[in-house]
Amino acid sequence: MSEFRYIGKKRRAKEDPRFVSGRGRYVADVALPGMKHVALVASAHASARIAAIDAKAALAMPGVLAVVTGEEFCAGTDSLVTGVDAPKLTRFALARDVVRYAGEWVAAVVADTRALAEDAAERVEVDYEPLPHVIDAERAMQPGAPLVHPAHGSNVILHRKFVWGPVEEAFAKAGHRLAFRASWSRSATVPIETFGVAAQWNAGTEILDVWASIQMPKYPDQVAKALRLPGNAVRVHYDVDVGGSYGVKRGLKHTVLVGYLARKLGVPVRFIEDRLENMRGGDMQGPDRFFDMQVAFDADGTLRSWKIRAVDDVGAYAGRAPFQLGKPITAICGPYRIPAVEYDATSVLTNKTPQEAVRGFGQSPTNFAMERTLDRVAAYLKMDRIELRRKNLIRKEQFPYTIPSGSTYDSGDYHAVLDKALAAIDYPALVRARDEARKSGKLAGIGISTCLEPSGGNSAFEVLLNPKNETTTWMDSCLVRVDLAGSVTGVMNTSSSGQGHESLVSTVIGEVLERDPSTVRVVRADSLQALPSNSPVGSRMAIMLGGAAAGAARKIRETLVAIAAHNLECAPADLEYRGGDVALKGVPGRKLTWDQLVEIAHRKFHRMPPDVDPGLQATFVWEVPTGGALPDAQGRVQIYPCYSFEAHLVYVEIDPDTGKPRLGKYVCGHDCGVMINPDIVHGMTFGGIAHGIGAALYEKFSYTEDGQLAAGTFMDYLLPSAMEVPPLAIVDHCTPSPLTSFGQKGSGEAGYLGAPAAIASAVNDALAPLGASLDALPMSHLAIWNAIHNGKRA
Amino acid sequence: MSEKLHPVSVEVNGVRREAQVPARLSLVDFLRDELRLTGTHVGCEHGICGACSVMLDGEPVRSCLMYTVQADGHKVTTVEGLAKPDGTLSILQDSFCETHGLQCGYCTPGMLIAAQALLDANPHPSEEQIRDAIGGNLCRCTGYQQIVEAVKLAAERTK
Amino acid sequence: MKSAPFDYARAASLAEACELLARHGDAKLIAGGQSLVPMMAMRLVRPAILVDINEIAALKFVKPEKDAIRTGACTRQCAVERDDALAARVPLLRQALAWVGHTQTRNRGTVGGSLAHADPSAELPLAAQVLGATIVLRSAKGSRTLDAGKFFAGPMSTSIRPDECLEEIHWPVWSEKRTGSAFTEIAIRHGDFAMVAACAQVALDSRGRCTRAAFGLGGAAGTPLAFPKIASRLVGTALDDEAIDDASADAAKETDPGSDLHATKEYRRHLARVLAARALREARERAKES
Repeated sequence: MSEFRYIGKKRRAKEDPRFVSGRGRYVADVALPGMKHVALVASAHASARIAAIDAKAALAMPGVLAVVTGEEFCAGTDSLVTGVDAPKLTRFALARDVVRYAGEWVAAVVADTRALAEDAAERVEVDYEPLPHVIDAERAMQPGAPLVHPAHGSNVILHRKFVWGPVEEAFAKAGHRLAFRASWSRSATVPIETFGVAAQWNAGTEILDVWASIQMPKYPDQVAKALRLPGNAVRVHYDVDVGGSYGVKRGLKHTVLVGYLARKLGVPVRFIEDRLENMRGGDMQGPDRFFDMQVAFDADGTLRSWKIRAVDDVGAYAGRAPFQLGKPITAICGPYRIPAVEYDATSVLTNKTPQEAVRGFGQSPTNFAMERTLDRVAAYLKMDRIELRRKNLIRKEQFPYTIPSGSTYDSGDYHAVLDKALAAIDYPALVRARDEARKSGKLAGIGISTCLEPSGGNSAFEVLLNPKNETTTWMDSCLVRVDLAGSVTGVMNTSSSGQGHESLVSTVIGEVLERDPSTVRVVRADSLQALPSNSPVGSRMAIMLGGAAAGAARKIRETLVAIAAHNLECAPADLEYRGGDVALKGVPGRKLTWDQLVEIAHRKFHRMPPDVDPGLQATFVWEVPTGGALPDAQGRVQIYPCYSFEAHLVYVEIDPDTGKPRLGKYVCGHDCGVMINPDIVHGMTFGGIAHGIGAALYEKFSYTEDGQLAAGTFMDYLLPSAMEVPPLAIVDHCTPSPLTSFGQKGSGEAGYLGAPAAIASAVNDALAPLGASLDALPMSHLAIWNAIHNGKRA
Repeated sequence: MSEKLHPVSVEVNGVRREAQVPARLSLVDFLRDELRLTGTHVGCEHGICGACSVMLDGEPVRSCLMYTVQADGHKVTTVEGLAKPDGTLSILQDSFCETHGLQCGYCTPGMLIAAQALLDANPHPSEEQIRDAIGGNLCRCTGYQQIVEAVKLAAERTK
Repeated sequence: MKSAPFDYARAASLAEACELLARHGDAKLIAGGQSLVPMMAMRLVRPAILVDINEIAALKFVKPEKDAIRTGACTRQCAVERDDALAARVPLLRQALAWVGHTQTRNRGTVGGSLAHADPSAELPLAAQVLGATIVLRSAKGSRTLDAGKFFAGPMSTSIRPDECLEEIHWPVWSEKRTGSAFTEIAIRHGDFAMVAACAQVALDSRGRCTRAAFGLGGAAGTPLAFPKIASRLVGTALDDEAIDDASADAAKETDPGSDLHATKEYRRHLARVLAARALREARERAKES
């Protein structure tokens, strides 16, 4: 958009120079004098009673300061809480009395070095009495199944059913219906940096300083609460670089543990998960769910209604993870005009590593299930998959569009994005290429997905899934300051993990103040200084942090105009702000420059207007647009405010003799409204697609019948490399949001939300001539070959 | 009873560094914790992710799979040694900034090492060769797209 | 994932390495370390002393001889891969190495280390098995030579004695003019362990009839498999697709693959048949071109 000076233009990210120089400061780089190190003793069993723990040999090892078990730790701290209504569910960093999953932490060893801590951890003797375990969600829901938390009375910790609109009537009247199951196996976004936290207790000031690789709303508060400290006794340093998170780094239990150890021992303590601890015991696995889909439609392809039954295996404990069943309610009919929807969501406990939040917070698995539904309807009707989507996609003249569950989609032009993607990949040529490949004996397919990326992070689904939790505040903030020298600083109030927030904030401030963003410094407050923030989650920061920065910058701009009006003895309306200078309209000689205005603000009180504070700083705290409401009696509420959209097209060839898939051309049509920094947005979208490729083809936290994590290292949990991710192309479209400062929508989860669906679509298109299909992810080589093999026989 | 220490002398980024280290201290831990060169990162400690990549005598290796004692008498280059002598970014580092070939920065030092080694041996690599050269360096942020563009740009700018 | 403590000695010569092995009961040799160090990091392997043979120059060589090429045990995989003279005479090695790990692992990994590690799905052991390489082992007491077939004993297990160090490998060179070889595998990602690997080397006469053949499978049993009997039946044929398919099917029947997270027994057996045929066909085409 050429109406902007800086927004939307190519601009180097502020963060990049320090990272390419190796000057990032991650938690493992934080070295505090006298710091000690932690290693964990983990349970070998999926379910067992802890009969005894003998730490004598461990304590005698060189360099060991302490061995702490659950008995002491759980008495000395408060349980972490779950967001759902399950008050009997307790959760601590260390197990007490029982272990509930293989890999659960049983004891913490503190020593002079990590190596010595590991040596000692090996010598801690734990006597277990194995108990029955359950690792399948459907079995866990059956009567008589072993209970993961007996006090709760069942393994179901959440079950809500919503009916929005006349669903049964739609099913009765529709010409056809289909039912099938789509499955999304446990995977997660697994950052290359594991979680780490360092803490130091200052007995003199009674402050616990915390440095962590964190991406977590309400983090300092929950840490303080669990440690039985007042809220203002915890100071989280947000200026720690986080090596990727994509949702998962919620590290509460790690932090409470390390904070406890730091206070107990009176020394700084740092714990960096090694990869084994991270995969098994870090509690950062992701959605593990199946969808029983039922869809009602007419012969001409019009979708009338769908019923989605989603069952998610959350693992042995639950923090916010069950809410990942709630977020998709914000887009429960996808980008389609479906007037009646039923949604039945269940969160089940099993003896597996707990899930945490994963990029998209449940939207990607749900998009996958929805898109499988579209493809199946198309196959059933022998209708083109793209035509079916065209027919059902919400049309641009229908925005803002309210869906049955109560959310209104702010803006969009889905058909235009789809058309752009089709043109960019040269769809007719791609079809020809596919058909040629098929003639030569290959299995070849084209995949399509059209999906929403709800953005803005209004987590109103929390109240929807747990009416006792009346949280409607989803805010963010920024402070902007112009100092005596006239240089500009923006202060943000959370950590970042690669999203380029410093670039975002400086660009926005620069845009509003008409000052070069490269001169705007962005720093982070620590949690004692910070304004309210809800962290980078739910693709919210471009909207919320961008909006707050713009709001604060506007106040500064208004102050400058007010000072100028006072000094030029006119009304603000008579003035023109340009590049920081303020001039009388039509009288160029009568003006005050930026430097002059700054000087008046800071030093010349006698020249200040009566109602303006000295100095030049402004704060802006912003509640999420369209937020703040509770659900109505029918369970309808506006959840996320802004809706970005993606249309993926991908070509795949499958070796019919081996089942090996190979991705070819990949185009993603993407509309996230106004992009503040295109390179940053594109980069995250490419990364999201790569995450999606992993979830679709390679990644799975597999468990044995014994409840052991079989894919606990990078040898078995397979992350795609540059050889598995093909060249990717993005084609942009822009339907600005009417709700935000510049028309921007959120985009942090882009790519991931539509890629698995598109790849599943492609593989199924390739298998279709054999009469074979796959509705379960990941589509491993073995799974594909089995489908081919069985299809050939069928 | 403390661990036996072994003397090592390693040239790191052109400077000879001497130390007494336990045999089991990995090269990456030595660089990070002893020499405070924290640009090289630890991602998996079992030789898969490549975040720990450094150059050993000019060739990229995984420093989590070497013990410091093994590096005695050898030359190591880390990301801190890639910039020009006057401190300005190398063409490759600057190209990463130009194409935004990074986000969180955690895999970046390893990527730079792998890519620089490629360009040192093959100044005009094809896309396939670039992807192969960084095939042992995992990234979760970028999807590799803008990284590959950065290496291509660096190759062009070095002509 | 820090290794358990160990003592360390850097051997300056092969003799010194053997002497250290003889002296210490619980010693392990470390060459490239690409397979050993991850196991030590996970504390699955915990030797009392690590004997480092990386600095023994005498173990790093590529020496062409009349009927074979000798490689020192500590020759880096990347050096073998880059050696054009070697690739001209034993092309299967460069073809195999294209599938071995990544650039970085080949910069440290050694040819001897790969054979000594004896992963049944590894590429170099398969090439050694199929080519009939011979392995020279040295100890303080002397040296002995083993055929590849006798060298590989089982998964991650060889006939190397605790006091022995692998010294060099002799890779036979085929003198036939029209020789072609091929290596192929199915791994999930580029550079991963093979689910199944296959390689073949064939020679043709001027009329296109097969005068010599060798092929084998990796990842299909406890050791890499070569099929000399089945291969001998290909001699005299035109190496037509039917003959190749029959040979591959027979070879697959002799496999004993395992099941794991990524592949079942049935799937591996199927891949064995498919890949053996592909390797033979590709080798045949290369022989025709040469």
